[in-house]
Amino acid sequence: MPESLLTVTDLRVSLGSGRKRTPVLHGVGARVDAGEIVGLIGETGSGKTTLARSILGLNRFDTGSVRLGSTDVGSLGSRALRSFRRTGELQYVFQDPLQSLDPDLTVFASVAEGLSVRDDAGSTSREALRDRVHTALALVGLPSTFADSLPGTLSGGQRQRVAIARAMVLEPRLLICDEPVSALDATNRIATLELLASLRETRPGIGLLFISHDLGSVAGITDRILVLYRGVVVEEGTTSQILRSPQHPYTQLLVGSAPTLARGEADGERRQELRRLLDASG
Amino acid sequence: MSRVDQSDTAAPTTAAPAAAAPLLRVTDLRVSTGAADLVRGVSFEVGRRGSLGIVGESGSGKSLTCRSILGILPPGLTVANGEINFDGVNLTDLSYNEWLPLRGNRVAAVFQDPSSYLNPSISVGKQLVEVLRVKSGLGRRAAFTRAIELFDSMGLRNPEVVFWQYPFELSGGMLQRVLIAIALSGDPDLLIADEATTALDVTVQAEVLDVLSDLKTSRDLALILVSHDLAVVAQVCDTVIVMKDGEIVEAGPTAQVLRDPHHPYTRLLVENHAKYGIEKYLDPIDIPTTAPGFPATLPAIDSRLEVLADA
Repeated sequence: MPESLLTVTDLRVSLGSGRKRTPVLHGVGARVDAGEIVGLIGETGSGKTTLARSILGLNRFDTGSVRLGSTDVGSLGSRALRSFRRTGELQYVFQDPLQSLDPDLTVFASVAEGLSVRDDAGSTSREALRDRVHTALALVGLPSTFADSLPGTLSGGQRQRVAIARAMVLEPRLLICDEPVSALDATNRIATLELLASLRETRPGIGLLFISHDLGSVAGITDRILVLYRGVVVEEGTTSQILRSPQHPYTQLLVGSAPTLARGEADGERRQELRRLLDASG
Repeated sequence: MSRVDQSDTAAPTTAAPAAAAPLLRVTDLRVSTGAADLVRGVSFEVGRRGSLGIVGESGSGKSLTCRSILGILPPGLTVANGEINFDGVNLTDLSYNEWLPLRGNRVAAVFQDPSSYLNPSISVGKQLVEVLRVKSGLGRRAAFTRAIELFDSMGLRNPEVVFWQYPFELSGGMLQRVLIAIALSGDPDLLIADEATTALDVTVQAEVLDVLSDLKTSRDLALILVSHDLAVVAQVCDTVIVMKDGEIVEAGPTAQVLRDPHHPYTRLLVENHAKYGIEKYLDPIDIPTTAPGFPATLPAIDSRLEVLADA
């Protein structure tokens, strides 16, 4: 069995307080192995972002556990959590590269920031820091001439590359990408997906968790897919299994809804049927 | 202006425009800031009950093309050249008053982000009633009845309940249906949907595309669907144009463009789906990424080709 990188077990999370406290995740289990790309698919409000935030240690859980390697993220106090986060073992790439980069920091400063707040930062020389930033930029296909640019002068695709470089410079074991290509044009979408898929070769052993509402946008690079629906993982399997023979009605609706170039018109009725089925069960 | 009798224009697709004058004919459209041209040499036609998809990335000029047709170009931009002939009327030199009986009544539109087009403090039904009373001159009671009918025909369940709901109480897909209902309230001949499904979840997007597909058959409606996603357009449209940097780089029947894309950008769009979309798993054969074209066995495309060949 491959080495398990991330193990989420029976995770229950509620958000809000007092009478408005609402359960969001109802016992979610998930696993990402080393060197694996896993897709987490679900609609708005299904709990995918809550799950990602829980893995990052940003939410308190009701029950369950989140383990990254040997670290039990849920059991860490705030100080331990901060120093765990600063190790950079776990990194995050957000959907909107326009908002996730500080507009006043140069590309170099953004990418270097993670390195300079690490506990071992004092022992890193200036030259070593520069080398590592340039290596990270090269990894995402940006020439080092970009280092002095401000985000405002870059295109959306270039910014997303910077965001990936900023995550990769810390050599994370797990990279969580939250809708990494949804805000990008077709050209940049392909380039970014290719880049993310290539990380496996350039950084062997890295695990990727890909969060998206759109099965079609991530199916091409994931090994396995988890389908999250109303706070429950309703289906899990290899990408091929999920797409070729979806079992749960929601997964069937997802597969049937993803626009494809070859889709006929007959699917409309089937979708209606599935929606009625899901509504009735809800 | 005279409405042309529509009974003699039963062409099922836009592929046969020669049979009758098209509903919309855009010829050599140029949109300019004065200093630079943002849209150049754009020409296309949309037949009655036809459906045209416009595909392109942000900045390709697809929205400006639509806004020219609606006469709502942003300040500073003008139609510098070309003609937009809508059912015999040239739309490029209409005055404000000449637009009134056209926009909403004969050409209507829905856009991305439905919630920003509705007043948050007025129930959605009242907002539809307002349009019906002002644009169609219906009385209070008739407008209410018509509003319920329209909501119902958009597939909104319990239209009497939806009528009294406020925008924040409805989901994105429901709001887009409300906006489509408002757009169709004047019984237009042409509906322009500019990235109307982009902000929606995939399953909801499919619902709205289903609604648009149904409208094509249930009403005398021509459709222009704008999207950055070629596959979205492929669900609904008979013909497609691909725009890049303000120009049309590829045009033709949807099936043909998908099967045999010529321009590198169109190929890239097709390749995007072939490599990273779910096609990889759904199709019996992997679509080659370098050779132009698709496996000839895709049933959906073949059935569409027959329709086009018959037309």
